[in-house]
Amino acid sequence: MTITKLMIAVSLAVWLNTAVADADPHHKGQQIFHAFWLEAQYGGGNEGGIAHLDLDGWIGGDTHKLWLKTETKQQKGRLKENELWAMYSRNVAEFWDVQAGFRHDTQPESTSYAVFGVHGLAPYFLKTDAHLFVSDYGDVTARLKQSTHLLFTQQFGIEPYYRLDLAAQRVDRQELGRGLTSGRLGLRFNYEISREITPYLDLRYDRKFGGTARIASSNDQRRDSYTVSLGLRLMF
Amino acid sequence: MTIIRFWLTTVLAASLSFSAFANQTEYTLVIDREAVNITGKTVDRITINGTIPGPILEFTEGDEAVVHVINKLDEPTSVHWHGLLLPPKMDGVPGMGGFSGIAPGETFTYRFPLRQNGTYWYHAHSGTQEQDGHYAGMIIHPKDHSPVEADRDYVVLISDFHEHSGRRIMQNLKKSPHYYNFSQRTVGDFFADVRQQGWSKVWRDARDWGQMRMSPTDLADVSGYTFLINGKTAEQNWTGVFKPGERIRLRFINASAMSIYDLRIKGLPMTVVQADGQYVEPVTVDELRFAVAETYDVIVQPQSHDAFTIVAESIDRTGFALGTLAPEIGMRGPQPTHRPRALLTMADMGHGHGHDHDHSNPSHSAPSEHSGHEGHEGHEGHEGDSQHQSIGILESSNSGWAQAGTPEGHTALRYADLRSLTRQPDNRPPSREIVVTLDGSMERFIWTLDGKKFGDPDFKPIQLDYNERVRIIFQNNTMMAHPMHLHGMFMQLENGQHPDYLPSKHVVNVPPGQQMSVLLTADEPGEWMFHCHLLYHMAAGMMGVMAVAEADPTGEHTGHHQHHHGGHHHDHH
Repeated sequence: MTITKLMIAVSLAVWLNTAVADADPHHKGQQIFHAFWLEAQYGGGNEGGIAHLDLDGWIGGDTHKLWLKTETKQQKGRLKENELWAMYSRNVAEFWDVQAGFRHDTQPESTSYAVFGVHGLAPYFLKTDAHLFVSDYGDVTARLKQSTHLLFTQQFGIEPYYRLDLAAQRVDRQELGRGLTSGRLGLRFNYEISREITPYLDLRYDRKFGGTARIASSNDQRRDSYTVSLGLRLMF
Repeated sequence: MTIIRFWLTTVLAASLSFSAFANQTEYTLVIDREAVNITGKTVDRITINGTIPGPILEFTEGDEAVVHVINKLDEPTSVHWHGLLLPPKMDGVPGMGGFSGIAPGETFTYRFPLRQNGTYWYHAHSGTQEQDGHYAGMIIHPKDHSPVEADRDYVVLISDFHEHSGRRIMQNLKKSPHYYNFSQRTVGDFFADVRQQGWSKVWRDARDWGQMRMSPTDLADVSGYTFLINGKTAEQNWTGVFKPGERIRLRFINASAMSIYDLRIKGLPMTVVQADGQYVEPVTVDELRFAVAETYDVIVQPQSHDAFTIVAESIDRTGFALGTLAPEIGMRGPQPTHRPRALLTMADMGHGHGHDHDHSNPSHSAPSEHSGHEGHEGHEGHEGDSQHQSIGILESSNSGWAQAGTPEGHTALRYADLRSLTRQPDNRPPSREIVVTLDGSMERFIWTLDGKKFGDPDFKPIQLDYNERVRIIFQNNTMMAHPMHLHGMFMQLENGQHPDYLPSKHVVNVPPGQQMSVLLTADEPGEWMFHCHLLYHMAAGMMGVMAVAEADPTGEHTGHHQHHHGGHHHDHH
């Protein structure tokens, strides 16, 4: 069922892209561009070894894009989190896109979501992603991510970031309480070998809040964790 | 010895021709993709008759040009004759004037009368082929005597060569608009400024730039170029030979895709005699800011048996195009060091001129047309226009962009210095004004005219009546300079000179945050492109069309203002 939905979403987005893609000024052909960032990182902390593999990017024109995202987390050789996103992204203001599409998680438990959100650059160069999720079960959650980049040299820079997860109601299935469920604060040290290849060191602190934290405690799980990772970001 | 001539494929068929022209000058150009090695790395690039740049084509005014272009690429191509007055179909823009490009394997024959003389150039108007090598110089000699006498005559064509293909550069800019900016502000720069200028000013500036989400380092969108003079690197050192005391005419052509230069010849003042192929009152300067697609002809007269270095330094200070004028091949003059890289200021954003506008909103209204100057109808004078004539010479002292680093006591050419050598044939006041806004979104690498990209669903050409006289005001709302090029007709730059002697230009470089106005007589029927000549701005959509109506068959050349004012006819021919 969910896979079918995902396929419909992808094909819809692809169709939108090809149907209304921006015209080449000279030959009236279609000008399609793309940008993808792949991040692979491995690290350890108070929860042991953790590997992440994230893909984020788009294909399309200036106005209409198909936006794809995957976020996976592996721990002790097992897939702990796995999110697959496909969205139609439309430029509505100089710095902003609105996005709509689907998200499907296979881990920690299989759930599909409808996604609505915005992506863009807020004043002071804050890269911003804010998304609302409505799951198959009808529960509503949200995620806000912001990051920025400060250069020390043309190659070396730091990237502070945070992420907040929220729930509009308890989600027992996912052990989430109502309100702010979890937060992440991180700092990345990037060294850009080329625009395409950036190794980095990532320091990250994750913490559960409110009801979610109480549920975690009662299950003998940690409320917070820290991770130090080495990673590689590729742009293509 | 004058200019190196490429007569390989030239046939002069004068006496046999049945055409009305005195002569035909015929060339064949083969556009091909070949392995070239300019930077030490072999890459596939586009050549014209086997070289980058292609051959210099020479013609004589009054003759007919016949140029066969053979496309050996695996993609369509085209040749646009930059700055020439010709029929729309011969202008060489695919999709315009009945010209549909030159398909792979095909030959297209350009055929047009040469109605002017001067220094021009030609280049592809297809995708980003120009970046890949599809450009060359062109000279049209005067039919009879030249107002400019010289003992030597050299084309000095400056271009920017990249190891990345044009297509890849465009893709990279869309991925990450700062891809090629390796001079971005660092935390160290911030604290250095704090020490120099104090915390509050630097913090305020950083806040302003941050709110706008723009960077004061956006002088050029593409770096990593190797700059060439006549296809030669600084090491290969293109050399023009002279004997001391000779008058040398240098025909500078900026055939670069993206690079604006500060041009100088160390120790040798230059007397500018032509701009964009049009004669100007000689004006002697030490340097000039050389926008993309412009041409300047200068006279230099070295007196000593020395080598002089031609220095074209890109305004982002990432490199030089270097060449030499010397009594003998092999000599070299003193080598330059880089001038400091300028930083943009709030003045470059149009702040501080009193015309504040919303930079966060790229969508501006359609060309605003308001027919002003009703009160001046029928006046032969131009008193009423004076308030506009200052527009072109607005040279803001606090503009960062304008900081060329000109040494104390040296003179840099200003647009205001350009004065046509001959009287302009049309000195009617304009019947209306057309404001064209230059907008963009650096963050997404989108560039627009009047808020629209070429080919947008609501894109509309600007309609001009035949022989209509209009003022076009280019309002630059961005932090970059845009060399605006009009095909098929010359624009008279309102630079403060007497209206009868405004300089004719095919490219007008509009500085960041400023406006410039030009007068135009719409006397060439057809649809003409006008666009920013920064290749990737054009490719991103910064392009429009001026559609000039056909001449009225009744012979009554009616412009807008004459409609409005009932039967006031001019005869302009």
